Amino acid sequence: MNMRRTMLGGLGAAVLAPPLVMHATDPKAKPVLPGSPAIQSPSALSQTYFPNSIFTTHEGRKVRFYDDLIKDKIVIINMLLITCRDGICPLMTANLRAVQEALGSRVGKDIFMYSMTINPEYDTDFMLKSYAKGFGVGEGWSFLTGPKADTEVIRRKLGFYNLNPEVDKDPNQHTGMVRIGNDKLDRWCVMPGMLSAKQIAYAVRNLA
Amino acid sequence: MNTENITPSDATNADPADTVSATTLANPPSQPDQDSNRRHFLRAGVLAAGSGLFATALVRQNASAAPPPPDFYPPPSPPAAPFAMPLPVYGAKATSRALSPSPTKIAQANEAGRLPHQRWEQFPSLKLVEIRIKQGSHSFHPQYPVQTIWGFDGICPGPTLVGRYGEPLLVRFYNDLPANLTGFGSPEISTHAHNLHDGSESDGFAGDYFSPTKFGPTLTRPGMFKDHLYPMIYAGYDQYPATKGDPREALGSCWYHDHRMDFTSGNVYRGMAGSFLLFDEIDSGNEKDRNSKALRLPSGIGTFDIPLIVADKRFDANGMLVFDQFNTDGYIGDKFCVNGKIQPYFKVQRRKYRFRILNGSTSRFFQFYLVLQNTDQTFTYIANDGNLLPAPLQMNQVRLAPAERADIVVDFAKYPLGSRLFLVDRIEQLDGRGPQDGLVSPGTQVLRFDVDTQPSMADTSEVPATLRALPPITMSEVAQNRIWTFDRTVSGWSINGQLWDVDRPDAIIKKGTAEVWTLRVSGNWWHPIHIHLEEFQILSRNGVAPPLHERGRKDVVAIGPGEEVKIFMRFRDYTGKYMMHCHNSIHEDHAMMMRWDVVA
Repeated sequence: MNMRRTMLGGLGAAVLAPPLVMHATDPKAKPVLPGSPAIQSPSALSQTYFPNSIFTTHEGRKVRFYDDLIKDKIVIINMLLITCRDGICPLMTANLRAVQEALGSRVGKDIFMYSMTINPEYDTDFMLKSYAKGFGVGEGWSFLTGPKADTEVIRRKLGFYNLNPEVDKDPNQHTGMVRIGNDKLDRWCVMPGMLSAKQIAYAVRNLA
Repeated sequence: MNTENITPSDATNADPADTVSATTLANPPSQPDQDSNRRHFLRAGVLAAGSGLFATALVRQNASAAPPPPDFYPPPSPPAAPFAMPLPVYGAKATSRALSPSPTKIAQANEAGRLPHQRWEQFPSLKLVEIRIKQGSHSFHPQYPVQTIWGFDGICPGPTLVGRYGEPLLVRFYNDLPANLTGFGSPEISTHAHNLHDGSESDGFAGDYFSPTKFGPTLTRPGMFKDHLYPMIYAGYDQYPATKGDPREALGSCWYHDHRMDFTSGNVYRGMAGSFLLFDEIDSGNEKDRNSKALRLPSGIGTFDIPLIVADKRFDANGMLVFDQFNTDGYIGDKFCVNGKIQPYFKVQRRKYRFRILNGSTSRFFQFYLVLQNTDQTFTYIANDGNLLPAPLQMNQVRLAPAERADIVVDFAKYPLGSRLFLVDRIEQLDGRGPQDGLVSPGTQVLRFDVDTQPSMADTSEVPATLRALPPITMSEVAQNRIWTFDRTVSGWSINGQLWDVDRPDAIIKKGTAEVWTLRVSGNWWHPIHIHLEEFQILSRNGVAPPLHERGRKDVVAIGPGEEVKIFMRFRDYTGKYMMHCHNSIHEDHAMMMRWDVVA
């Protein structure tokens, strides 16, 4: 049983300690009154969450992931492979094209769209350019390729992972959803990539 | 429909397992062998875990289950000494004499653009309550800083709402949260009274979220407030007009919480949850009631009738609440709060108490024991998911998936003054997908009871041998059978392979009919499945009758890896949009939710 306790990991010693420590409370640690400047907002994990690794857009531009792509923007991000086996990638790209249409001139102004390849060895900026062109992708939507290791970090940070390492190895497991966020508000959610473009665009507008 | 043989006064109830051929399912469906490193357990162990009745730790077949990768969770919360704060208990939220402007059937100026209240004309006299959803400052623990939460009336948990059958209630929810709040959650709201029998327009449909500037896809405009009409009628109102529904459908220990689509987990985690207790002449809330029908259970909200909302949280190095907006598997905390405080204590008199325990966690399961000096105590279990059982059970543990409830009665007269008892959780949960199949010992002390005083008056409360009869399961009412499989899809969670779409009903159900739904979990994870509008009864769990404590009416059922649960449910009195979803609210936000519509 003791080995189980060590496996609880996150459960600090205080949780499992016997009630003897009940008098250990620091009397000085009294709650401050409402309205006091000591009241703080909950901390968010996404602050300083994303790295600034360098990616290349389908137009050959070098960009820093956080500073150039995310900071102060409303973003729509998905992962794709040009060689997408089950066919969801092209369907999603077409759907996101309709989302771009629905959001109109805001895309490229305060809303930005990113499609990052999980197969950067094959999906070069050159390949992505022709892929984007094939879908009639407009301003404000970048297709991104970068070093595999950096891509993996971003993928996991965005929540496109599976806890099972075997399943996680399959790149086809990481497409299908779109991550939507507003960096200024530090507000993030995901939506199924094949929801109607109207619904995705609606959710994005409500995130602003 | 053959309902002639059913009357509300019919106190005899067939055992659901005897009523239907529940034993035909030989084997749960086979599963794709995903997550195989966690699949090496005895099938019997899984079934026992699902039944919630095992009292001793199972032998772990796979002690090497990997802890989550370190980058999935922030470091442990900083130390917070247990039992440093008293348990907060509330009385009932006061009603208002009037609301200004007066409530209307059709949404009025400044009200979010909802559909008209159904059955409005049938409830001319309304009790009125006003709740403002706003920021408040809250202390989870004296060693952590006071911090901002989002709460009903700005408090965590929200005020205790009380309804009485026959006294329709209208609650006006104001959204006073500023639009530019930062961090997890989203300050638009759709309040769901879980699991009240109400019109879709008052049900907190996930697409019905609003703020003064924004509105969800199923509303027509934003608003300062939104009125919810809780008719306080028993389900079966159309069927049994004389008794305003079937009294066997009475609800007891409910709760209310935010249901804003895509952001429910963050919003509830921020504090938007409270108790909603319902009473009628049987469960009257008066232990001295002279009405012969009254049960005289331990009573007095906040004195001897105590809601316990247990929820796990996690805090950063500065003691501030943290959440992971990028987690798709489920989020577990390492500090256990009861009614918003980390591991509080509660001073009790030497008499009987009714505790209404709710698992208000995002993803964590609990299995609670009542422990005195390392010895598990027996208590009386009276209600599952807030619904009184036909007869009380003596139990020594209670297992609760997220959103499940258990009402227990503890008689502290058994213990001498000065005794200290602990509510202890013994589940081991390493990630948000569900509990491990064994138990840990000694577990985590969540709440301490200090047997503190002799009651000033004799304890006249009781737990009678008969509580509330169950409505019969009448298979001739069944108009449709449906199968729902809960699974993982690429980066999301699915129901029958589909992801949440607010515009797409996946079932169209005729009002006044009953259906049998088969709920299956495919894969190696747990899903506590919640269905709105009415309760259901479990026909079978993995092909056999459910354990005794699940032979009541439920609105959440925890379904484990490879398990299959068959339920009987009626759909009465209202039409419109409702939902079924996983109440692991991370799964819910990652699309494990489906809309179903009731049509006339």
